[in-house]
Amino acid sequence: MSKLKLATVWLDGCSGCHMSFLDMDERLLTLAELVDVVYSPIVDTKEFPHEVDIALVEGAVASVDDEKKIRKIRAHTKTLVAMGDCAVAGNVPSMRNPIGPQAILNRAYIENTSAQPQIPCLVVPRLLPIVRPIHEFVKVDVFLPGCPPSADTFYAALTALVTGAPLDIPALTRFGA
Amino acid sequence: MSEAVEVKTLIIDDREVSGRRGQTILEVARENDIQIPTLCHLDGLSEVGACRLCLVEIKGNSKLLPACVATISEGMEVSTHTERLQKHRRTILELLFAERNHICSVCVANGNCELQALGQSQGLTHVRLPYRNPDLHVDASHERFTVDHNRCILCTRCVRVCAEIEGAHVWDVMGRGINSLVITDLNDPWGDSSCTRCGKCVQVCPTGALFDKSKVGTEHPKHPDFLPYLNMMREAQ
Repeated sequence: MSKLKLATVWLDGCSGCHMSFLDMDERLLTLAELVDVVYSPIVDTKEFPHEVDIALVEGAVASVDDEKKIRKIRAHTKTLVAMGDCAVAGNVPSMRNPIGPQAILNRAYIENTSAQPQIPCLVVPRLLPIVRPIHEFVKVDVFLPGCPPSADTFYAALTALVTGAPLDIPALTRFGA
Repeated sequence: MSEAVEVKTLIIDDREVSGRRGQTILEVARENDIQIPTLCHLDGLSEVGACRLCLVEIKGNSKLLPACVATISEGMEVSTHTERLQKHRRTILELLFAERNHICSVCVANGNCELQALGQSQGLTHVRLPYRNPDLHVDASHERFTVDHNRCILCTRCVRVCAEIEGAHVWDVMGRGINSLVITDLNDPWGDSSCTRCGKCVQVCPTGALFDKSKVGTEHPKHPDFLPYLNMMREAQ
């Protein structure tokens, strides 16, 4: 049997979910016998591959770039996993929602800056008015809440996804876990 | 037992159980270790039937009844965990999560929250409704306690404990529908209110809406279990 193609993606999150993923430690070796990591912040592939079996997406959709990425990921992925509370529920990035992006940018780049206050407008993508979980943009197949989901949660969930075994997510994790 | 006590026999989830006349379905179910989820109910406080999580099905009745206020009757057949009820309970929880800003990961009640625990026990992995993201304030004017309206689910436990147990009735509800807020006195800052500082409201709050300033991070378990004891001792006096 050929190995499944696994991608991991980092949208508007803190990378904590990826850290927790790496916390699987030696169990990563067991997983590596079943999957190939074809795209991830921890590998060098620049473009999201054409065909991916499982994509783990960390982070909420907060910018026009995030939105573009998540639509592309969905189009090329069989099983899309919302990884962690930001992807599942918005979480900390969504705390700016009642305030709005302009007020946040002003506070960060104008009000609290002593030298050359200016809001970045080149290269960095434009922020969306509201930060939203990924399932408000595309269909999500598996929701894995937690901030971050524990390494044990990752291992149990990935093993089940790869082998096709039943997966009881509320038994593994919850919002804020 | 006094002579006026009348025993009723009924069926809950295919089990024959009995209770005293006037007891609620919830009371009888819990006496028999049948768990019905609740949020606004708290042993020792009056019932308001507000959260609707305890809705149950009664055979022959097309309406769903809240188990916390529906009383038992002879021959009643109650179902507490049908697929329909579980679907409604999940939807209720989703509505609560979507209504205000419940960010579990940074909440003082993370790990000690009844809403969070119910979400997990009822199998909620995400909220299908769009989040409302309301702009709500935090009142930290009290020297010991804080109210964070972002986490409030309007269960009114604080209102009831303050009026019924403490006898102060500092807390009440202002506004209507989605604009409702719990308030102290006539919407005065908590620190300027007639609060007696007893802290009962903090202990009965199921979420991180009311919390003790001296407890930081996730070390904030609530202890609402003093209420039945307090009531029992008062009745004994």
